[in-house]
Amino acid sequence: MSMIEFHDVEKYYGKFHALKDINLHIDNKEVVTIIGPSGSGKSTLLRTIDGLESISSGQLIVDNFDLADPHTNMNKIRKNVGMVFQHFNLYANKTVLENITLAPLIVLKRPKAEVEAEAHQLLEMVGLDSKANSYPSMLSGGQKQRVAIARSLAMKPKAILFDEPTSALDPEMIGDVLDVMKKIAKQGMTMVVVTHEMGFAKEVGDRIIFMDDGKILEDETDVKGFFEHPQEPRAQEFLSKIIH
Amino acid sequence: MSMFIHFWPQLLEGLKITLGSSLIALVGSLILGTLFALLEISHNRVLHLIGRIYVEFFRNIPLLIIALFFYVIVPLFAAKLSGFTAGTLALTIYTSSFIAETVRAGIQSVDPGQMEAARANGMTYIQAMRYIVLPQAVKLVIPPLGNQFVNLVKNSSVLAFVAGFDLMYEGNLIAAQTFDTFGAYIVVGVFYLILTLPLSYFMQYLEKKWNAGSGEREASALANE
Repeated sequence: MSMIEFHDVEKYYGKFHALKDINLHIDNKEVVTIIGPSGSGKSTLLRTIDGLESISSGQLIVDNFDLADPHTNMNKIRKNVGMVFQHFNLYANKTVLENITLAPLIVLKRPKAEVEAEAHQLLEMVGLDSKANSYPSMLSGGQKQRVAIARSLAMKPKAILFDEPTSALDPEMIGDVLDVMKKIAKQGMTMVVVTHEMGFAKEVGDRIIFMDDGKILEDETDVKGFFEHPQEPRAQEFLSKIIH
Repeated sequence: MSMFIHFWPQLLEGLKITLGSSLIALVGSLILGTLFALLEISHNRVLHLIGRIYVEFFRNIPLLIIALFFYVIVPLFAAKLSGFTAGTLALTIYTSSFIAETVRAGIQSVDPGQMEAARANGMTYIQAMRYIVLPQAVKLVIPPLGNQFVNLVKNSSVLAFVAGFDLMYEGNLIAAQTFDTFGAYIVVGVFYLILTLPLSYFMQYLEKKWNAGSGEREASALANE
């Protein structure tokens, strides 16, 4: 069953054509990585899935909800689709624990004791239970991103979208975040990951998408094959620049 | 000094009125100002326009005109308002237009990523505002809000013009009775200081207390580099 379906989707910012004729089906439990140069529309594509950007035309179906339909309640989709941002965006006025428990408490209205116990388990999983009572300002970038991942997992989503989750991190911190993402992938989470981490794409991705100029140029399930023999000249050029 | 002793009951009465009017206007303008700030940042064009018109209108006309409107014009068409009510109402509306601008700027200086993350986390716009954005905006607006509150206390002297029996009104009376204009207004000035100085220090205290968190933020940011 498809979790996410794009049918002939177009997106304009004023006159700028950000997404061009996007057709894409992402299945349950699939781990899809999206790569491409800056400004190619990767992040825009990802953000439309969560309704953070609207689409100009076409059809976008997420978890059986039609996003172009004005009657669709975006909050219902967002309950089931988590998002991890490049700049973490942890709630600055809440502790680490509160960052994780707030949405389950006020959105899902679940009991506090249960939510807190689960939050501690999640923090354990990302290796940060000792930081439960710290404020985000006291954490390093890598720690913040692991908390952000725990925060989105706490909603028990059907899919998580990652928007360049390691791009703002020191090289030393990237490994810890990728390890957490690998764990989640192994547990069978549907993941769409916009990334520059080719290692992650190769190792964890079930499928790789290459975008340029608002278009999907390659969409391969043979990820290793893509890296060895990219079909599109634009993809060859891109890979030759980033892999030395 | 003799003026303090001689007119003590009158001055105390005026102080009570000034304090009462200021307190009501402070709470009222904070609520009204926040409400209009939320209208101003609304994506709904009509709501946004209502917010803009309210703010631009009331902060650009003299407070005295608003007070006289409630004291003189309103009774012609509706119920008669006492000087205290008319003055306090005018003070609330006038101050709220400044507070709306302050709060709007505060909300808009909170990182937009905070709202985005809260929405992506499943919260409604109102929940995201209430739990994430407004609490962060409050810290940012404490210093400018302190200025507004001090101005509010001083502006409450508008009550004197609409027979509101406040400090300034009593001061005018005493000056007229004793012909000691200089002494009377010095005494009144001292009474205003009794109200505004503690308020000013209280706001500075809040600012320091709530900034303790961001001090840690800077320290840890340095430690991470």
